[in-house]
Amino acid sequence: MAGLAAAFGSGAMTNTIADIEEADVILITGSNTTENHPVLSAGVKRAVSFKGAKLIVIDPRQIKITNFADIWLQPNLGTDVAWINGMMNVIIKEDLYDKKFVKNRTENFENLKKMVEKYTPEHVAGITGIPAQSLIDAARLYAGAKAASILYCMGITQHTTGTDNVKSLANLAMLCGNIGFPGTGVNPLRGQNNVQGACDMGGLPNVHTGYQSVESLDALKKMEAAWHISGLPTKPGLPVTKMVPKALDGEIKALYIIGENPLVSDPDLNHAKKCFANLDFMVVQDIFMTETAREADIVLPARCFAEKDGTFSNTERRVQRIRKAVEPPADVLDDWKIICEIAKRMGYEMSYSESREIMEEIASVTPSYAGITYERIENEGLHWPCPTSDHPGTPILHGKQFTRGKGMFHAIDWIAPNEVADEKYPLFLTTGRVIYQYHTGTMTMKTKGLNERAPECFVEISPEDAGQHDLPDASMVDISSRRGKISARVKVSDKIGNGTVFIPFHFAQAAANNLTNAALDPISGIPEFKVCAVKISKAA
Amino acid sequence: MSTKQLIIINGNELSFKTDETILEVAHRNNIDIPSLCYLKRAAPTGTCGICVVEVKGEQTLLPACSTPAKADMVVKTETRKVIAARRLVIEQFLSSGNHNCAVRASDDKDWTQFQMHVQKDDQSSELCPAWGDCRLQDLAYRYQVSGKKFSLTKTLYPIEDVNPFIIRDFSRCIQCGRCVQACNEVQVNKAINFGHNGSKGKIVAADDRPLKDSDCVFCGECVQVCPVGALVEKDVRYQVRPRETKKIRTTCTYCGVGCQIYLHVKDNKVVKITGVEHAAPNYGSLCVKGRFGFNFISSPERLTSPLIKKNGEFKEASWDEALSLVADKLGKIKKDHGPDSIGVLTSARITNEENYIAHKFTRAVLKTNNIDHCARL
Ligand code: SF4
Ligand code: SF4
Ligand code: SF4
Repeated sequence: MAGLAAAFGSGAMTNTIADIEEADVILITGSNTTENHPVLSAGVKRAVSFKGAKLIVIDPRQIKITNFADIWLQPNLGTDVAWINGMMNVIIKEDLYDKKFVKNRTENFENLKKMVEKYTPEHVAGITGIPAQSLIDAARLYAGAKAASILYCMGITQHTTGTDNVKSLANLAMLCGNIGFPGTGVNPLRGQNNVQGACDMGGLPNVHTGYQSVESLDALKKMEAAWHISGLPTKPGLPVTKMVPKALDGEIKALYIIGENPLVSDPDLNHAKKCFANLDFMVVQDIFMTETAREADIVLPARCFAEKDGTFSNTERRVQRIRKAVEPPADVLDDWKIICEIAKRMGYEMSYSESREIMEEIASVTPSYAGITYERIENEGLHWPCPTSDHPGTPILHGKQFTRGKGMFHAIDWIAPNEVADEKYPLFLTTGRVIYQYHTGTMTMKTKGLNERAPECFVEISPEDAGQHDLPDASMVDISSRRGKISARVKVSDKIGNGTVFIPFHFAQAAANNLTNAALDPISGIPEFKVCAVKISKAA
Repeated sequence: MSTKQLIIINGNELSFKTDETILEVAHRNNIDIPSLCYLKRAAPTGTCGICVVEVKGEQTLLPACSTPAKADMVVKTETRKVIAARRLVIEQFLSSGNHNCAVRASDDKDWTQFQMHVQKDDQSSELCPAWGDCRLQDLAYRYQVSGKKFSLTKTLYPIEDVNPFIIRDFSRCIQCGRCVQACNEVQVNKAINFGHNGSKGKIVAADDRPLKDSDCVFCGECVQVCPVGALVEKDVRYQVRPRETKKIRTTCTYCGVGCQIYLHVKDNKVVKITGVEHAAPNYGSLCVKGRFGFNFISSPERLTSPLIKKNGEFKEASWDEALSLVADKLGKIKKDHGPDSIGVLTSARITNEENYIAHKFTRAVLKTNNIDHCARL
């Protein structure tokens, strides 16, 4: 997100879901689309199968969508900047880039050009393991498209270089003028239903709603006036990945956690547990007694999506209604009501009759949501920015100019991941999801059928590695990293390359995040979930 | 594309776009032409033969789903000839297979014998699970057709119920092919196709294996499009009839696609989910989590009361007690250690409105910017 914002001025998906089917070329990287965004992946598959689109997939695993790909590149983990620079090297050398777009709509091209000079396909092959000719083919295919769309997900962002990776993808799209019209763009696919909304609504340490900086005087004045208070803090706060370690330092004394389960989803869980244990006070508000809730001092029950009114903003910035369909158990309150009640008891009156009234207040303080009302989104959601009540919404961003004016090229050098395989921990580990489970499983694991399809944690390993380490299919093994150990069942599979193993992170009993590395991207604060070094041995 | 070109359907002069079929023009103008096999987002197959219409100057009836609209074409959608043709088709469908709803009118003896036969196949004494929600039944009523003319057919393939989500009842399949199109052309999962020909026709997965051993990913698109009772959700079969439920439109709570869904509610319980077919972004499609992963809503493990930990154990507390305690504790920590000693993790799972309130609370009440959510994670 930080990466896209730096390049374009907005961190959200540039185009829409429907738009993907307009593309001539689709490039998917770091997204196991068929498992994590199944319905969106159907659009990709339709485009390829029936509309003549070409598909490039760049992923360390032979994920299902590669069956539809014209080109599948299998880079070593953590080498994304290198192959993207390599593609740009080819595109510039062969003069395939969109000169008009680069000239009129972007800045800093010369620096980029200088940087990618050394990323010749041969040099890149040495870093990524991608054969030079394959990289050239992919570069030509992408650059040759009238409209090309880039889709990416956590496989790009969850690295210490995540922000660099995203900036690099933005570079590639701008270089070929693939921005601002149907079938193009740089499109981050949001993993959770309302990630977009949580960001839009000021659930970030540095911004109010609609990405208005906490350091901006205008925003400050507006918020203070709307909320009838003074003295709003202007120093950006801590991201979650810093809050947690600061609990160990004693700098953070209390955490109020709403609907999240960091004690399964955080990296380096053993360390995270120590941090949480050091808190003076912890409140968790959730629908289930999660691993995190168990550690709390106070647990407040919450309503689930079927029990409340409101809106979610999906990955394409579309603000959509949710509606109450069933009564909650007992007299469980809406999350917003719980918070308002606490605020009241702390001496600040916050009261609303219904969620609609909150949306009215949101619209009044948030330029990009200013034109959104429940009436307007009754039948179909609107894409923000939607600045006025007669504005049709904005399906495609950066049409005539970028949100920040000119698009910014970033010259980025590749650096190796924080932790690499070595003698002691000879295998790379990458983590992800499976289609039948969701996140930490607190919800999906209540459906028997889903558990029947995906009952337990597994470790996916190539036939060659399995043979070499003598790990028979379906046997139980211990997997350990410098930070922790879990047990899981071996799944020998051609899907994964030699030297790398894959573990889904859903299963609390064998939480992959006991192994993962908490090293952070310095800008986005996202941990390096997608690469760390492990060793595997037969279960003791 | 010309705007002056007009087609005349039932006396209405209607404009049409290049490549539009008679059926599409009609539907766009709210003229009903029934069909059992037409599937909006797939190429027309013309397998059912229901959508035939009379076109002036043509010897035979033409299928509206695959006949392109032409200038000055004169179409009638409900003539004697059309109705007779439709009745014949419906009659044939009704008579092949276990369509044991009331539309298979019959003399008493035959009816009893038929029911006994179906009940054995179904392992149930209920009427067809699609009863009340079946396009074939609708058409049988509309054209007053019954299946009595034909005798009982033998059931060729037993019901498949070995997967957790979908029951495949081949005896009620009318071979319309909508499921095949939904799977191959809409979801592009390529799990099922036509297998065995003619009267032995069967929709097969892989080499005629159960769904669970095929490429099926249980998106349930096939179930949603099946016009009859041949594909039904396992948990819904016999448990839920449409007249017992109300439908509430909302947004899926799992991934960021934000599929539009209907929650089907019976006795304050979500019992089934279907996709909203007329709306972006999913136009009716869902995935296995969105369609089948709803049991958590009414799970007995849901938290129902505030809990306060005393000596390492949670004790139920009143809302007032719990909320006041939270307020006191946060207030005290803020006073003793400053606002920045408190952090709030809001959520990518809750609504915009709730996130907004969390943000306002953190900044305006706690007076810190230490707010984040786990989007990064
Ligand atoms: S559930 Fe989905 S994948 Fe399986 S057969 Fe039906 S349409 Fe195909
Ligand atoms: S199973 Fe249903 S949708 Fe598929 S061919 Fe048979 S009747 Fe048609
Ligand atoms: S149905 Fe599946 S693809 Fe659609 S929003 Fe829900 S989880 Fe995502």
